[in-house]
Amino acid sequence: MAEIMELNEVEVWDGNMAASQAMRQAQIDVVAAYPITPSTPIVQNYAQFLADGYIDGEFVMVESEHAAMSGCVGASAAGGRVATATSSQGFALMVEVLYQASGMRLPIVLNVVNRALAAPLNVNGDHSDMYLGRDAGWINLCTFNPQEAYDLNLCAFKIAEDHDVRLPVMVHQDGFISSHTAQNVRPLSDEVAYNFIGDFKPLNSMLEPKKPVTYGVQTEEDWHFEHKARQHHDLMVNSVTVIEKVFSEFKELTGREYKFVETYNMEDAEVAIVALGTSYESAKYTSDIMRSEGIKAGVVALRVLRPYPHEQILKALENVKAVAVLDRSSPNGAFGALYNEVVASMYQSNNRPIVTNYIYGLGGRDFTLEDIKTIYLELVENAKANKPTTPLQQFIGLRGPKLSFF
Amino acid sequence: MSKVIKNLKEFSTSNDRYEGANLMCPGCAHNIIVREILNATNDPLVIATATGCLEVCSAVYPYTSWDASWIHIGFENASTAVAGAEAMYKALKRKGKIPADQKEPKFVAFGGDGATYDIGFQWISGCFERGHNMMYVCLDNEVYANTGGQRSSSTPIGASTTTSPAGRVSYGEKMMKKDIVAIMAAHGAPYVAQVAPNKWKDMVKKIQKGFDTNGPVFINAMSACTTEWKFPADKTIEASDLAVDSLVFPLYEIENGTKLTITYRPKNIIPVRDYLAYQGRFKHLFTKQNEHVIEEWQKKVNERWDYLQRREEAGV
Repeated sequence: MAEIMELNEVEVWDGNMAASQAMRQAQIDVVAAYPITPSTPIVQNYAQFLADGYIDGEFVMVESEHAAMSGCVGASAAGGRVATATSSQGFALMVEVLYQASGMRLPIVLNVVNRALAAPLNVNGDHSDMYLGRDAGWINLCTFNPQEAYDLNLCAFKIAEDHDVRLPVMVHQDGFISSHTAQNVRPLSDEVAYNFIGDFKPLNSMLEPKKPVTYGVQTEEDWHFEHKARQHHDLMVNSVTVIEKVFSEFKELTGREYKFVETYNMEDAEVAIVALGTSYESAKYTSDIMRSEGIKAGVVALRVLRPYPHEQILKALENVKAVAVLDRSSPNGAFGALYNEVVASMYQSNNRPIVTNYIYGLGGRDFTLEDIKTIYLELVENAKANKPTTPLQQFIGLRGPKLSFF
Repeated sequence: MSKVIKNLKEFSTSNDRYEGANLMCPGCAHNIIVREILNATNDPLVIATATGCLEVCSAVYPYTSWDASWIHIGFENASTAVAGAEAMYKALKRKGKIPADQKEPKFVAFGGDGATYDIGFQWISGCFERGHNMMYVCLDNEVYANTGGQRSSSTPIGASTTTSPAGRVSYGEKMMKKDIVAIMAAHGAPYVAQVAPNKWKDMVKKIQKGFDTNGPVFINAMSACTTEWKFPADKTIEASDLAVDSLVFPLYEIENGTKLTITYRPKNIIPVRDYLAYQGRFKHLFTKQNEHVIEEWQKKVNERWDYLQRREEAGV
């Protein structure tokens, strides 16, 4: 039996420690992992927990991230709790197997500590890796600080392993800004955390000799479409119900509330920023300042990136006049991906706000108070004019001459 | 405990765990080898198969040839897939979640030479370094057969493939075949062996020895390919006999990284020329311009046989 770790009511953890502590409390059966900055400490912390007797599952230190996810797929198909962590290039190397994991309906939890993709090589945080995996058929939960990284890891196992879902879950946090920033975290005791997640209930395990199972068959034009449609249906419909239920149970247990879309100062907002990750917190802070200057500024963030929360986005932005959608990933010849999704939602609303796109923070470039103020002031002008007063896409925080498109 | 198999008749009528009536080419040696391997044990099996002929022909939804738990992820990672399952078994066993009366399964991965020598090599190397209790079987037909006969690093010199075709100025593949057996033995694996389906007793003995071994086991199985080697579909065993009797494909095993034992010594060693002449992929070598390749072949095979015998004798 694994040792119980006595935790304080309040611990000072960075996002990586928060994630690894939640993984320890989940009593995972197999972790197959390969370290990469900035998620390395998750793997190191877990190795130390193992060395100190807090883990009784298997910890397989493989030779690449592709092998990490391959080992996770094999282990998960064998019928037990499985998780790992990665970032950036490692995530990119895993991508092939991410699609396999979701296609085989395996409830793996993957911590993604978001980081830029090379070239040029960069170890700092942006959302390029998150965007690379957004079509991989996984549930994507976004966290903005260490407490949330802890909380949503616990929720992730419960969501993924629910027999109505059986889909893998990514838990995102921003590289360095969340992963390496120590903050107060209120953990649950080992017992309470484990009981919240519950025992793993195997379904179609490869280790049941009397009932052999087959994973990863060939399907061509006769069956492939039906398989993918069923997978999409369960992600769009079943997982929504289960995510709501798990968030609600978590609130009952801890008092901490999570929603598909988080909002701040949105009750009477006229201008709003839509963001992902830690920028939500920076924008919250700035919106208070804007309000003290008489600007009705609000903030919206996606807690659940997949399944995409269309209705909740519509509702959150139903009364605003101008919206800025922020993308922390190089759009490479298009609007930002989040911009495209939010605009698609807002096209269905009676109130068609002016929506503009800002590309920011690539490769860990600071997203400053001044940047956010600038965005809000431009939104005020858009709202007044009832049309865009700037190009639709602008790069903000970039050195040199201003860069804009569309 | 190994399954006891007295003779070929008994072997051919014992329980089939692999259905051979599938989409493989008539005469394909893969089916013979896989069936023999699965037939060598009565224990539960957990199998992974790399993308390739075996995978695309044996598990097309909603059908399967496998009476065992089976997984396919990709071209390169069958080894790690089964290693993950093996790790899960260990974890669940430790946690008391496997019934005490349940027999430990054999964890087996199959891949072609493309999946083994080339794209999946890193994954296999990782599994062997970590010492998973598993068997990896390479079905070595010396070519990417599933995708239409492109060269692999197992393709021998002089073979004409679709990406190393023989032509007006080329005799085909220029590189020697990679020595995968030596490479896998160099991992210090407890058991590594080369087998051929025509020598079925030798093969079954090695497979059973592999199943009885604790730790990673590598089997390189020669799989004569009627389609890409270009011999008649009813001559698979004949082609295989020429391969082992010419010593192009010597049968031996290596224990714990060093102890090499030759397990088959042909009574009458036949010339490499006869092996090559049986297959369309070497047809172009029998010209004045390319004769030198046949001579090189024979020289290399002689040197290799000499080396194996010296290794065996020295016990190192």
